[in-house]
Amino acid sequence: MISDYILLALDNLKHRGIRSWLTMLGIFIGIAAVVSLISLGQGLQEAITGQFASLSTDKLTIQSASSGYGPPGAGAARKLNEHDVNLIKSVDGVNMVVPRLIRVGKVEYNKVAEFDYIASMPDDREQIDMIYAAINVKVDSGRLIDVGDRGKIVLGSNFLKNDNFGKPLKTGSSLKIQGKNYEVVGILKASSTMQVNMAILMNEKDMKDALGIGDETDIIVAQVENEKEINDVASRIEDKMRKDRKEKKGEEDFSVQTPVKALGTVNLILNIINLIVTGIAAISLVVGGIGIMNTMYTSVLERTKEIGIMKAIGARNSDVMKIFLIESGLLGLVGGVVGAVIGLLLAFGVSGAANAAFGSVILKVTLSWPLLLMSISFSLIIGIVSGISPAIQASKLKPVDALRK
Amino acid sequence: MGEIINLKGVAKHYKMGENIVKALDGIDIKINKGDFVAIMGPSGSGKSTGMNLVGSLDLPTKGAIYLDGKDISKMHESDLAQVRGKKIGFIFQSFNLIPNLTAKENIMLPMLFQNVDEDDRDRRAEELLKLVDLIDRKDHYPNQLSGGQQQRVAIARSLANDPEVILADEPTGNLDTKTGENVMKFLNKLNEEGKTIIMVTHDPDKAQRHSRIVYWLKDGKIEKVTKKVNGKWKVVKRY
Repeated sequence: MISDYILLALDNLKHRGIRSWLTMLGIFIGIAAVVSLISLGQGLQEAITGQFASLSTDKLTIQSASSGYGPPGAGAARKLNEHDVNLIKSVDGVNMVVPRLIRVGKVEYNKVAEFDYIASMPDDREQIDMIYAAINVKVDSGRLIDVGDRGKIVLGSNFLKNDNFGKPLKTGSSLKIQGKNYEVVGILKASSTMQVNMAILMNEKDMKDALGIGDETDIIVAQVENEKEINDVASRIEDKMRKDRKEKKGEEDFSVQTPVKALGTVNLILNIINLIVTGIAAISLVVGGIGIMNTMYTSVLERTKEIGIMKAIGARNSDVMKIFLIESGLLGLVGGVVGAVIGLLLAFGVSGAANAAFGSVILKVTLSWPLLLMSISFSLIIGIVSGISPAIQASKLKPVDALRK
Repeated sequence: MGEIINLKGVAKHYKMGENIVKALDGIDIKINKGDFVAIMGPSGSGKSTGMNLVGSLDLPTKGAIYLDGKDISKMHESDLAQVRGKKIGFIFQSFNLIPNLTAKENIMLPMLFQNVDEDDRDRRAEELLKLVDLIDRKDHYPNQLSGGQQQRVAIARSLANDPEVILADEPTGNLDTKTGENVMKFLNKLNEEGKTIIMVTHDPDKAQRHSRIVYWLKDGKIEKVTKKVNGKWKVVKRY
C-alpha cells in the first residue's frame, strides 16, 4: 500500500518538474557542504599534520634556528653537532636522541643530473626503528634501508612518478650521487609527507662520506621517556643549550619544537574551518527545510480541489496526510542523495586538484558510508518535518470547501 | 426495497457576517434502494447543499441523516470518508479527475483508499474501463480525453468500490446534448442493474425524463415530491 502512495507522490513531484528541483536546492547545498567537508576533513588533517616531520606526541625536534624545514640554508646560526647531541642526551627525561642530516645532493642517472634532497638514516637498530615509526613509510617495491646498509639507497615516490631522467627507475637501478654509485634497494609508496616523497634515504655514514660532512647535524630528534612531561623536557633542553651556548632567553640560535604545540595550532585552524562550513551547512539546511515547507504549502493551495476530490472518493484525513508527508519526505530524500553525490564529487575534485598541484597524494578523500547514510536520512527527516504542518493543513480541509475551489 | 438514505428534519445554516443563511431549512428525503431520484431546483434553492449532505460531504446543522440505517450526521470526517468511499460513488459536473493520473489510475484511486490490493485494483479498473468502452484510452491523462470520455472515466471511478448509491451532480452540465444523452442512458442502465441513482439538476425536463421520483426544492425547502406512475407524473406530497 505504502508503495502506491510513494508512486502517487513521485507522480506529483514529477508533475511539478523544475519547481521540485528548485525546492531541493537548499538541501543540495547543505548536504553537499557537509559531505564534502567531512570526506575531505580527515584527509586535510592528515595532509597538514603529515607535513610535521616526526609528529609523534613523544618526540621533540631541535633545529638550528635558521634552518627551518628542509635543508639548512647558509644561515649564520651555529650548526648543531655531536656536542649538542650528547648535551641533549644528558637532559633529564630524554630517552633517545637521533641526529639526522637533510641536504641537497647532485644525483645522476641515465646521463641526466639533477639536485635532490637526501636524508640520512641512522646506523643503529633502535634509532632506525624509531625514525621509521615516526615518518611512517612503506615500500612500494623492494625494501627499506636497514642498519649497515652501505652503498644502498631508497627513493621517495616522486622518483617513480616524475620521469626526470628519461628512463624509469626501479629496484636494482644504480644511481650516481655526488659522483659515486649507489644501488636502489627500494622505492617508497607515496606518503602524506611531501618531503619524504621527494627525498633519497641513505645510511648516515654513506651520506657523510658522499657530501663530505664532518661533525654536523641538521635536525636532532629527541624521544622523551614520558610524553606527558614533553613540555618540561623541552624547556630543560632549551635551558641547557642556552647555558651551553651562553645565550639569553629569546636570542637563541636554535629551536626546540614540540609537535603538540604545532598540532594544536593546526587543529584549531581545522576546527574553525569546520565550524564555518558546518554553520553554512546548517543555514542552508534550515533554508532548504523552509523551502520544502513553502512548496508544500503552495501545493496544498494549488491542489485544494484535488484534495476535495480525493476526500469525496474516500480518502481519510490520514491518507491525505500520508500523501503530503511522503511528498515532502521525498523532496528531502532526493535532495539528500543528490547533495551527497555533489558533495563527493566536490571532495574528489578538490583532492584531485590538490594532488595534481603538489604532485603527490597529499589530500585523500575518505568515503564513509555511515556519513552518507546519516546525511541522507537527516535530509529525509528535514523533508518530513517541514511537511508536517502543510500536511496537517491539507488533511483538515473539509471536502465541501475543498471541492468548491 | 429497503431504504438506503433517509434525511430527517435536516437543516444547514451558514453564518454570513451577521446574518444566518438558511441554505436548507428542515427537509425530509427518503430514498429506497434501486430508486432513481432527482433533486430539482433553481440555483440558490439549496440543492447543492442537499447533495453535499446526502453524499456525506458535509454535516447538517440540525437533523439526522441515515445512510444504510446508520446515523452519519455526527460522525467524524475520517470515518465518514471510509463510509463515503465504500457506499457512495460521485459523478461531478466538471468531472473532477486527478489531472496527473491516467484514466486507469484515476479509477484505481478510490480502491486504494479502501485498501484493495494492487492486483484486484488493476483487474477491477480494466473491467470498468471496458464497461465504459474506454479500455483503449486507459493510459491517457484527463487532458488527453474529450469531455464525454472524461465523464465516462468519472462514472467508472464512481463504480470502483461497487457502491450502493451513485450521486450525480449535474452530470451532463458540461457536455453537449448528444454526449449528455449517452451519459444519461448509461446512468439509466446502471439503475436497471440495481444501483440507486441520485441526480441533482436544475433542469426539470432532464429530471423528469430519466428519474422516477423528483424532489422539487425552493428556498431551502421541499416544495413538492412527484413520482412517475404508469408513465405519468403525480404529486405524492405537497408542503
